[in-house]
Amino acid sequence: MADPTGREAVAAVWRIESARIVGALARSTGDFALAEDLAQEALAEALVTWPREGVPRNPAGWLLTVGKRRAIDGYRRRSALDERYAALAHGLGEGGAYAGTTVEQGQDVLWDPDQIDDDVLALMFISCHPVLSREARVTLTLRVVGGLTSDEIAKAFLVPTATVQARITRAKKTLAAARVPFEVPPAQEWPARIGSVLNVVYLIFTEGSSASSGDEVIRFDLAGEAQRLARVLARLMPQAPEVHGLLALLELTAARFPARTGPDGEPVLLEQQNRRRWDHAAIRRGRAALARAEQAGRGLGAYGLQAAIAECHAVADSVAATDWERIVLLYEALGQLTPSPVVDLNRAAAVAMAQGPEAALSIVDDLVAGAALAHSHLLPSVRGELLSRLGRAAEAREELKRAVELCGNERERAVLAGKLTALG
Amino acid sequence: MKYMLIMRATDETVAAFENIDFTEIMESMGKFNDDMVRAGILVAAEGLDPEGGVVVDYSAEPPVVTDGPYGETKELFGGFWILNVASREEAVEWARRAPLAGPGAKAEIRRVTSIDEFPQDNEWIQKERAWREATGQL
Repeated sequence: MADPTGREAVAAVWRIESARIVGALARSTGDFALAEDLAQEALAEALVTWPREGVPRNPAGWLLTVGKRRAIDGYRRRSALDERYAALAHGLGEGGAYAGTTVEQGQDVLWDPDQIDDDVLALMFISCHPVLSREARVTLTLRVVGGLTSDEIAKAFLVPTATVQARITRAKKTLAAARVPFEVPPAQEWPARIGSVLNVVYLIFTEGSSASSGDEVIRFDLAGEAQRLARVLARLMPQAPEVHGLLALLELTAARFPARTGPDGEPVLLEQQNRRRWDHAAIRRGRAALARAEQAGRGLGAYGLQAAIAECHAVADSVAATDWERIVLLYEALGQLTPSPVVDLNRAAAVAMAQGPEAALSIVDDLVAGAALAHSHLLPSVRGELLSRLGRAAEAREELKRAVELCGNERERAVLAGKLTALG
Repeated sequence: MKYMLIMRATDETVAAFENIDFTEIMESMGKFNDDMVRAGILVAAEGLDPEGGVVVDYSAEPPVVTDGPYGETKELFGGFWILNVASREEAVEWARRAPLAGPGAKAEIRRVTSIDEFPQDNEWIQKERAWREATGQL
């Protein structure tokens, strides 16, 4: 294999196992920050040993054993020969007798599937804890649950690696200072806590799917990682309908990726997209997830409603054949649940399709009057479009000019400039 | 990236397999599959019936159809998984964990190509797209 240093193999194992390893170490030491350090130390050791001796038969067991031995070393150094030390040593099947760090290949550390699920879920909850900033939540989740390196995270978010490392260090300190326990929160806390977990996965996805900047290939990976995390969550929390709603939204949104850019990488708007290029397997998975969200019979949440809107597009053969009336209703529901000018603007665009530009313009004018989205190109670009459909070309030109001025993305700006030119 | 893990065996492997308790096979295979579902990377998986296969040999014209493959099987394609992972090494790592064992048992790992890699203006590629669209194929 073209992996002369064996580093790629270690990285692959790490991506598969990091959540289990950090979770198991956090559970056995009762200290999340320490667990993350220990796991990183075990990983560093694997990077030295495996390329030389081959990947062990049970790589997760190997990493966990090394992590636990490092923990014992640490306790010993601090002469904290307390219960935790005894429990860890017992778990390693050695009465504290410690000889080097070689780990026998094939040594089987017992994995209890239910315990793993709990560990990974506890890990999700702690890395998405509300006590952390959004940036810290995203970074920590990608690192401990996703198994990405600091370098990979830095590349994905276009920040220096040192920034990512500093974020992780600070996040761990914050969690320690707030004495956040490593546990799956009790059931009554779930409604308050799940939102943050879902939001982190959603943020990872939007970062990966917005072509606003950076290397698009890497960012697509980020979107893929978010989808994977959503699938993991759907497996861990099948009874939480909004988890399925989020998974549905990500699948249905990602389904359009193949059609979203033209041959030269320029953005292609929904109405111009070749629907044959949509990923129809992803649409099917998304619809299945949405059906599960609906089956709970508790109504759809914000992600589920957005997924339902995406489904309306996914099942339609064309813009004209789309059920715009239903989309308007879904946006109305979404606006009640999460009021925002962006939702109103999207509702206006749907109203334009369902009832015509006149009705939509009054929604947009209300937004303008409320000074919403003042610095965004979105409002003038939608308003310009509506005015042009109403035959008010001069006003439309003014709006589109403003939109071009405000638009920060070069490719989108080109699309807007094209519309402006078309107005003559 | 999508990768296919292909189970490969020989007659010897199949014979050795028959001596293993079936519930044991179900359990080890079930656990392996479940691990991949749990990791959010399993796209599809199917097994192939070793009985009643037919081989069409195109060495001659017209091709020769025989029952098989058996008797002197060097390679028996036993089933496949399709995984969606971030790297080829990750696919290899999953393959290392597959509960396959015994003489001649192998797994082959191959990247699944995408229709996007073909000329999009070709009539047959367009027909295939239409079929994928209608049926929600991978």
